[in-house]
Amino acid sequence: MHPAFSVIFFTVTSGAGYGLIALLCLFNFLYFGMLFDKTNFLIFSGVSVALFTMGLISSTFHLANPKNAWRAFMRFRTSWLAREGLLAILFYPTLFLYLILVYFDFYKDYFLLMQLYSIYIFFFAIVIIYCTGMIYACLKTIPQWNTIWTPINYITIGVYLGSLIFFLLLSINEYNINPYKPILLIVISLAFITKFSYYLSIKGPRHGIGQATNAAIKLKDTNVRLLDVGHTGGTFLTDEFGYNVAERKLSKIKWFSIFSGFFVPFFLIYTYSYLFDNIVLCIFAVVLSFIGMIAERWLFFAQAKHVVNLYHGSQQC
Amino acid sequence: MRLGLVVDLDKCVGCNACAIACKQWNTSGTSGSLTDYRPYGPDPSGVFFNRIRHYETGNYPENKTVHFPMSCMHCEDAACVTVCPTGASYKREEDGIVLVDPEKCMGCNYCAWACPYGARELDREEGIMKKCTLCVDRIYDENLPKSERKPACVMTCPTTARYFGDFDDPESEVSVVSRKREGQELFPELGYKPVNKYLSPRNKVEIDQHDVVEPDLVRKVKDWVNKVVEL
Repeated sequence: MHPAFSVIFFTVTSGAGYGLIALLCLFNFLYFGMLFDKTNFLIFSGVSVALFTMGLISSTFHLANPKNAWRAFMRFRTSWLAREGLLAILFYPTLFLYLILVYFDFYKDYFLLMQLYSIYIFFFAIVIIYCTGMIYACLKTIPQWNTIWTPINYITIGVYLGSLIFFLLLSINEYNINPYKPILLIVISLAFITKFSYYLSIKGPRHGIGQATNAAIKLKDTNVRLLDVGHTGGTFLTDEFGYNVAERKLSKIKWFSIFSGFFVPFFLIYTYSYLFDNIVLCIFAVVLSFIGMIAERWLFFAQAKHVVNLYHGSQQC
Repeated sequence: MRLGLVVDLDKCVGCNACAIACKQWNTSGTSGSLTDYRPYGPDPSGVFFNRIRHYETGNYPENKTVHFPMSCMHCEDAACVTVCPTGASYKREEDGIVLVDPEKCMGCNYCAWACPYGARELDREEGIMKKCTLCVDRIYDENLPKSERKPACVMTCPTTARYFGDFDDPESEVSVVSRKREGQELFPELGYKPVNKYLSPRNKVEIDQHDVVEPDLVRKVKDWVNKVVEL
């Protein structure tokens, strides 16, 4: 699949934004009250809103006819894309009401209500990331996406990026970050383990869907090969689905994304406050993780093989 | 009604006349235009509803070329309609034709991703997804004589390899021919229930071209002697 940068940027940043706000509200819930003072909480939430808003705006850049983008919520009963869009829009008033209630100190007077509201926002944000993942995972035509690992990866990576920003914001505001360190390390490990499981699961031949050209064109003869694709120039199909990258390059980018996205941030966070107490290195970890995850998302597209390639001579998708 | 096409792969000669007739009719039809990019430039490209690919099957000397035209299968459970977020893609109740409403399409390509047949192509100039309409603006046109109320590709096919009709009617030409010749669906395992059927090429008569006569005893002895002498 052709990797469109606007979509890569959208899934990474909006995932991080929803991951961050999910964590902020989860910690409020677990802490039985406001984890931070009001101002900091509002600033942190602002960062999250900025992230997912940037992502959503970026997602409209890959539309060929953006003037109809407002219609994208119509078919939420069947389309994961519409569900994602609708929930993303509904999330704004829900979150703003929460922030207003936080601003007016509702946590003191209406504790139970706010506890419920916090956990509600947590689940809301996670469900949005899940919907983003399902946009890709529901496509049976792309075997590498049509797996349960896809939404799991989107959620774990979104929460992971969110937690790194959470950590960065804590250290900028000179909070004691030590109690959060083990949580963060667990989140990084989870993101890595689930992503690695995905890479293992898409290795080797795909089963179930048409394995070769002869299965795709349904001839009784088992030995079918392409003679001529029929087009003399590039087509929409070759542009969109015929994106082939050398295995070695894919492998290099995979390991780059694993090192830059998981291993180095893990090391930097693990040694934080032992070896150094430097905010710059924390920023460095955040930047590296974003670069790593953009590479990961690029790979998610580049490794995906649409079954239409079987008609263009691929013997396996 | 369940309108669709049957393609006889034994008859198709891969002449691309169906693709051209389709282009000609539909570029000024309801889903027009079928934009061409750089038509006279060095790398011409453009939107097609119908594309013909060519395959080879069997091994020499029993090999055979199979020409394979593909357009929208007008699936009963069309994934492109399911995934469309705007409601621009829809399947008509009355005849099962899958269409795109250009007024609603936002050009997100999601339907093209969901289609296993490559039947949908984005018109990059208009920003709208284009696809086979089964010549919906032709098959109901009462100004045309009844024999011409067929999709342009079916009308033009010089070898009559294409059939058009209602699969819900067991006596229609398409039903009869696909029953008789075991009409095949493409990617049935995906569960989209494509309506269009393909008639696989019938088994070729094997032409005896091999020298398969067993050598007689004298020949065998001579061969053996020759081998020994050559050692």
